[in-house]
Amino acid sequence: MSTATEAVAGRSARNLVDLVFRARELSLVAALVVLVGVTAAANPNFLSGQGVKDILLNTSILALLAVGQSAVVMTRNIDLSVGSVVGLVAFSAGDFLSADHSRGIVSVVILGVAIGAACGLINGLLVSFCRVPALVVTLGTLYVIQGIDYYLAHGRQINAVDLPAGLLDLGNGSVLGVPYLPLITVLIMLAMGFYLRSYPSGREFYAIGSSPEAALLAGIPVRRRVLAAYLLSGSLAGLGGVLWLARFGTVVADSANGWELLVVSAVVVGGVAITGGVGSVYGATLGALLLTTIGSALVVLRVNPFWQQAVTGALLLLAISVDRVLALRVARLLRRRNVRGV
Amino acid sequence: MSETTSGATSAQKASPAPPAPGSGASRRGAGHLLRWDVLVTALLLVVFLGGSFTSPSFASAGNLSFALGDLGEIALIALAMTMLVVAAEVDLSVASVLGLSSALVGSLWDAGWAIETIIPLVIVVGAVCGLVNGLLVTRLGLPSLAVTIGTMALYRGLAYVVLGDRAIAEFPQQYASLAVDDVPGTPIPYPVALFVVLAVVTAVVLHSTGFGRSLFAIGSQEEAAFFAGIRVKRIKLVLFVLSGTIAAFAGVVFTLRYGSARADNGVGIELAVIAAVLIGGVDFDGGKGTLGGVIAGVLLIGLLRNLLMLNDVTTEIQSVVTGLLLIVSVLTPRLAAVVRQRRRSPVP
Repeated sequence: MSTATEAVAGRSARNLVDLVFRARELSLVAALVVLVGVTAAANPNFLSGQGVKDILLNTSILALLAVGQSAVVMTRNIDLSVGSVVGLVAFSAGDFLSADHSRGIVSVVILGVAIGAACGLINGLLVSFCRVPALVVTLGTLYVIQGIDYYLAHGRQINAVDLPAGLLDLGNGSVLGVPYLPLITVLIMLAMGFYLRSYPSGREFYAIGSSPEAALLAGIPVRRRVLAAYLLSGSLAGLGGVLWLARFGTVVADSANGWELLVVSAVVVGGVAITGGVGSVYGATLGALLLTTIGSALVVLRVNPFWQQAVTGALLLLAISVDRVLALRVARLLRRRNVRGV
Repeated sequence: MSETTSGATSAQKASPAPPAPGSGASRRGAGHLLRWDVLVTALLLVVFLGGSFTSPSFASAGNLSFALGDLGEIALIALAMTMLVVAAEVDLSVASVLGLSSALVGSLWDAGWAIETIIPLVIVVGAVCGLVNGLLVTRLGLPSLAVTIGTMALYRGLAYVVLGDRAIAEFPQQYASLAVDDVPGTPIPYPVALFVVLAVVTAVVLHSTGFGRSLFAIGSQEEAAFFAGIRVKRIKLVLFVLSGTIAAFAGVVFTLRYGSARADNGVGIELAVIAAVLIGGVDFDGGKGTLGGVIAGVLLIGLLRNLLMLNDVTTEIQSVVTGLLLIVSVLTPRLAAVVRQRRRSPVP
C-alpha cells in the first residue's frame, strides 16, 4: 500500500516538475504574445509581412547559436567563443567565395562548418580532457579566434557584389513565403530537440549537467559527451557564420562581436539553467525569438534604441531569478510531498 | 624607471606569500621553485630583459611609465577581482561599471556639475552596481557568472542610455593631468602610485588578516567555512561592493586619462583582468593564489603588449597572445598535476 501511495506521490511530483518547466515555454509564448500585441496596437506596421519576416530572419542565426549553446550549457559548461567563430567564418567564407565566383554554396557551407567544428574541437578538448574551466578556456579562444579574424581581415571588408548570387538568395530568398534561414534553424532545432529528448545519449547531456560526478560513476562517457557538445556548438556557429554572410552580404572583421552574451542570454531566458541539467532547445529558440522581438519592438515604439542592451540584461537577470525562486519552491514542495508519501 | 618596476615587485615581496591555505597540500611535491607565481615572476623578468635588449626604447623611463599608466585600470580592478576569484566568485560586469561610470562623468560634466561632486557620486553608483551583483548572488544563491553576465549587459546598456553614442571630451587640463602626470620627482604616474598603495593594503589584507584567510576558506570549501562560523554571505557581499566601487573609480581614471567620456569605454577589459588574475596563478575554482602572482601577471600582460606594440605587432596579434597566455596559464598547472599524479601512483 505504501508503495502505491509513494508511486502516486512520485507521479504527481513529476507532473509538478514537468508543469513548471513546460510553464517556462508557455510563459515565453505568453510574453511574446503580449509584447507583439502591445507593439502592434501602438504601430500596426509591426505586424506587416516585412516586419515579421525581418524578425524571423534576425532571430534565425541567434537561435541557431542558441541551440548549440544550450547543449553546452546543459552539460554545465559555457561557450563564450561562438561570437568570434561567427565573425571568423563569415569573413573567411566571404574571402573564399570572392576569390572564385564559381565555387558552390555546398563547398562554402562545408568550409564554414569545418572551421567552426575545428574551433569547437579545440574548446572541447581543453575543457573535457584537460579539465580546464570552460569559462576561462572559451574566454581565451574568444581572444585568439578574434585575433586571427582581425589578422585575416586586415581592415578589409567583403561586399555583396563580391559574392555569388546563389549565396545571397539563400540569405534573402524564401520558399512558399517562408524565408530559408528560419526554415534551416527550425529543422536543426527539431532534430536537436528530438535527439536530446528521445535518445539515451541525448539524455546523458542532462545527466552530466545535473551531476557530473554521478554521471561519471554511472558509466556515462562524460568527456566524449562534453566534447560533442562543444563540437556541435562550434559547427552551428560555423554554419551561423555562413548564414550571416548570406544574410548581410557585407562583412567586416568584427561581425557578431559581443554576440556570445546575447546567445547566453537567449539560452538562459529560454529556461536552460546555467548550472546545467535543465532546459530544452525549444525554450532556447523561444528565448532568441523573444530577445529579437524586444529589439524590434523598441525600434518600432521609438524607444531610445540604447535601452535594448539594458533591457536584455534586465530580462536575463529576471529569468535566472525567477528560475531560482521556482526551483527552490519546487524543491520545498517535493520534500513536503515525499514526507507525506512516507 | 627601474624604480617603478622594483616598486611593484617590492609590493609583491611585501606580501611574503605564505603558502596560501589549501595551496600547500597540492603543491608540496613540486617544491618551492616550481610555484606558479614564482615562474610567472621569472617569466616577467625574462620578458623585461629580452625587451630591453631587443628594443632600445623599451627600457626608457618614458616608455615604461606609459606602459604602466596604460595598465592602471586593469591593475586596479585586478585587486578586487583577485579577492573575488579566491573566494570562488567572479565579476564579469566590471568593464560595464567602468563604462557606466565614464558615461556618468561625461554627462554630468556636460550638465555643468563640478568634477569634485561628480567623482564621489559616480563611485557611489559603482558601489550600488556591486551591491546589486552581491545581493543577487548571496540572497538568491545565483551563480555569479550568470548574474554578472546579466549585469554586464544591463550596466553597459545604462551607460548608453545615459550618454548615447556621444563622446564628451572637454575636461579641464588640471583634472586630465591628474590621471597622466607623474608624482613629482619620480617617473611614476599618479594612478600607478595609488595602485602601489592599494596593492600593499590588499596584499596585507589577503595574506595576513583573518578576513583574508576566510576568503581562502570560502574558496576551498564554502560549506566548511560556513560551519566554521565564517559569515560567508556577508563577506561575498562586501567583495562585490568593493569590486563595483573600484571599477567605478577606474572608470573616472580611464575617462580623465584619455580625456574622453564614452559609453563604450573599457569594453572587454574584464577579459584582460581575469586573464591577469589567472596568469598570476589564482585558481579559478577558488581557494588558491597570491596577490604577488597577480601583480606579476598584470605586469607580464602589460609589458608583453607594450613590447609587441613597440615592434609594430598589430593589436590583433596582441589579443592572440593574451588569449594564448590565458589558456596556457590555466592549462599548465592542470597538466603538472596530472604528471605529478602519474609519477606518484605506484606502477603495478
